[in-house]
Amino acid sequence: MKHLHLIPTGTTLDFVGKRIIFFVFSTLLVISSITFFTTNGLNYGIDFKGGIMMEVRSNTGPADIGDFRNKLSNLGLGEVSIQEFGQPEEVLIRIQRQEGDEKAQQRAVAAVKDVLKDTVEYRRTEFVGPKVSEELFTDGLLAVTLAIGAILVYIWFRFEWQFGMTAVIALVHDVLSTIGIFAVLGMEFNLSTVAAVLTIAGYSINDTVVVFDRVRENLRKYKKMDLVELLNMSVNDTLSRTVMTSFTTLIALFALYILGGEVIRGFSFAMIWGIVIGTYSSICLAVPILTYFNMRRSDDEEESNVEKVEGEGTV
Amino acid sequence: MVYFAKWKIALVVVVCLLGVAFAAPNLLNHDTDAELPGWLPNEQISLGLDLRGGSHLLLEVEAQTVINERLEALIDSIRSGLRSDRIRYTGLGIHGNTASVEIKKPDQVQQAYDMIRKLDNGTETVVENGKISVKLTEKAVIDAKRSAVEQSIEIVRRRIDETGTKEPTIQRQGDERILIQLPGIDDPEEVKHLLGKTAKMSFHLVNHNVTAEDIAAGRIPPGTIALPSADNENRLIAVRRKVEVSGDMLTDSQPNFQDGQPVVSFTFNALGGKKFGKVTTENVNRSLAIVLDGKVISAPNINSPILGGRGIITGRFTVKEANDLSLLLRAGALPAPLVILEERSVGPGLGADSVEAGKIASAVGLLAVVVFMVMSYGRFGIYADVALMFNIIMIIASLSVLQATLTLPGIAGIVLTIGMAVDANVLIFERIREEARNGLGPIAAIDSGYKRAIRTIVDANVTTLIAAVLLYQFGSGPVRGFAVTLAIGILTSMFTAIMVTRLLIVMWLRRTKPKTLPL
Repeated sequence: MKHLHLIPTGTTLDFVGKRIIFFVFSTLLVISSITFFTTNGLNYGIDFKGGIMMEVRSNTGPADIGDFRNKLSNLGLGEVSIQEFGQPEEVLIRIQRQEGDEKAQQRAVAAVKDVLKDTVEYRRTEFVGPKVSEELFTDGLLAVTLAIGAILVYIWFRFEWQFGMTAVIALVHDVLSTIGIFAVLGMEFNLSTVAAVLTIAGYSINDTVVVFDRVRENLRKYKKMDLVELLNMSVNDTLSRTVMTSFTTLIALFALYILGGEVIRGFSFAMIWGIVIGTYSSICLAVPILTYFNMRRSDDEEESNVEKVEGEGTV
Repeated sequence: MVYFAKWKIALVVVVCLLGVAFAAPNLLNHDTDAELPGWLPNEQISLGLDLRGGSHLLLEVEAQTVINERLEALIDSIRSGLRSDRIRYTGLGIHGNTASVEIKKPDQVQQAYDMIRKLDNGTETVVENGKISVKLTEKAVIDAKRSAVEQSIEIVRRRIDETGTKEPTIQRQGDERILIQLPGIDDPEEVKHLLGKTAKMSFHLVNHNVTAEDIAAGRIPPGTIALPSADNENRLIAVRRKVEVSGDMLTDSQPNFQDGQPVVSFTFNALGGKKFGKVTTENVNRSLAIVLDGKVISAPNINSPILGGRGIITGRFTVKEANDLSLLLRAGALPAPLVILEERSVGPGLGADSVEAGKIASAVGLLAVVVFMVMSYGRFGIYADVALMFNIIMIIASLSVLQATLTLPGIAGIVLTIGMAVDANVLIFERIREEARNGLGPIAAIDSGYKRAIRTIVDANVTTLIAAVLLYQFGSGPVRGFAVTLAIGILTSMFTAIMVTRLLIVMWLRRTKPKTLPL
């Protein structure tokens, strides 16, 4: 039986030799991500900004966004954003946090309900106060930082420090460019986006681990081989599996993105982007960066250690 | 490799069967499940509020209020103590968690100190240059706040129970917060309304010597306060500061009607009844103000002593207001006000749609991955797919047994796990292919493939597990649900992708003894 091969066997693509192209591309990607992040900023959801969000469904066929805007902009609630949400009948209303106490927020919700009355079904109402939104923000930031730190320590522990550093460079690249794409597209950045970024941090390292394992194995097998050649061989040897593992996950995520409903579309989008960029950075960034480290010497120094580890086997 | 220890086979089979057994109750509807005999697994996955519809409220207890009240009471005691001891003082006031007073005559400082330090046993009293400072100890502050939060939780529970809400969850979160989950309630206005009042009630005598002009001019004698009327904020009524009877002595309260008007009737406990009897006996023809949360509801005239420990509160109530007030009085007063920090409500329509979308996305994602694995790895792909099925069954079983809550991001976690679970098999199969290309026979290639892939699989999964743990630690609500399913999925997938596929492949090797690999 003939099997499907996404990547043909025995590729000899020159990822490491062409590294400058990838470095330039990735540097541009990261710089533009940071630029967009600092100038455009992120479209923070109420989780991080505080305020009121209501998801409503029109009972009278497709919703007239203009009509909603007319009705709600006269209420004196400050900044009100209205957008279609997944389907023509559904509308997402976001209202800035109201001056004053909790009663003021409740009054805003009541005012909206007063205007819309029974023309809509109230599917979701959320209010996040300033105290909680600040906490959620710092917690999210802390969690992502800690995750990257913990992964660095783990990779360092399992490999050598060069691998750990390189893996983290790739990881930060993945995280920053994910934040960048959200800034560029103006997609809502909320708690589930942070969940996605964290998951990307944990998952995109998988491909890096697979390739690094092979690099380490080859370093021991071919003591005399040129480093660039050796790294290229390692990438090509494992290309099929790095692509295949990402591909199976992408299949599932696309199902989620297309069919999972509007509420988690942002999450699935971030994951899809993160996995694509994570696979790219493992192959085209992490491994080529290794050329700048003197891998051999550390290997020779710890020879006694090497023999022991080799017995465990790697992919 | 063809040798697969008997105990390992048994382990794999038993774990898979247990998974099926514990996942099975989720196929039954709720009623049938409830009728199962107790020894059978009968836990079903509980759906989060974002899937079943309901409200999530995060409240904060303003516990500092309790501290302030305690200090104010202390100030009152200091004032009356100094007065009755005829000690002259100045600068009596509160700064932070400290009350302080300066004694004018140096020879009276010791006497004042002895009196003051006995007033509140949670304080430390210090004298410095004739100034006496009474500070609440750290422990007293912590204890007072803790008990305020505990009491608040109890009162919140009683009030919510009174509304007849089904299966509410009320739990403490952090030091001063209360998390309330109300399944099936998508418009929590009623509950918020009920929790918005502390409902501290007290009975005070009206000071008839103070006229409206006196109040307007601010001529209010010590021991008297001017409180606004409940139905007109601008109308102030002078009442004596002293609480004659307080609302915590009520045992019952019911809405009622008097002359066609809604009223609230109440019953005191024995002590409250006695006090009430005494004050009404001694003050016939004077007015008794009923004060709720600092506002005078009404101040009826005492026509005759009320000795039965029962009474009614009149006021300009609507039927609903009378119902609410009696409910609040029955449930008791909150020790401190509550502030709503966060509210998330999901209607039943969205919840059901989310579940439906989640099911479809999972099914399609699963099918696509299954087909792709077969296309890529043939027979071995089928084995990986069987393992994947068991993986999903085990996730469902784990969620049921742990009684973890399945949220919408949780479903996303399951779909993600479907894609990630086969990764381990991809790694193993690719390695086997490579070993076979390098000239190893089927059995040796398979053996080597498993051995060498396992470490990479563990490395890769540990990093994802790190992310899941941090997500659980720092995430809240639905995101936690995602962290839980992700973590469970990673653990179960390591078992199924390695052990289950291995068992299936070993059985196939023994049966057919192949010369080449169909991979």
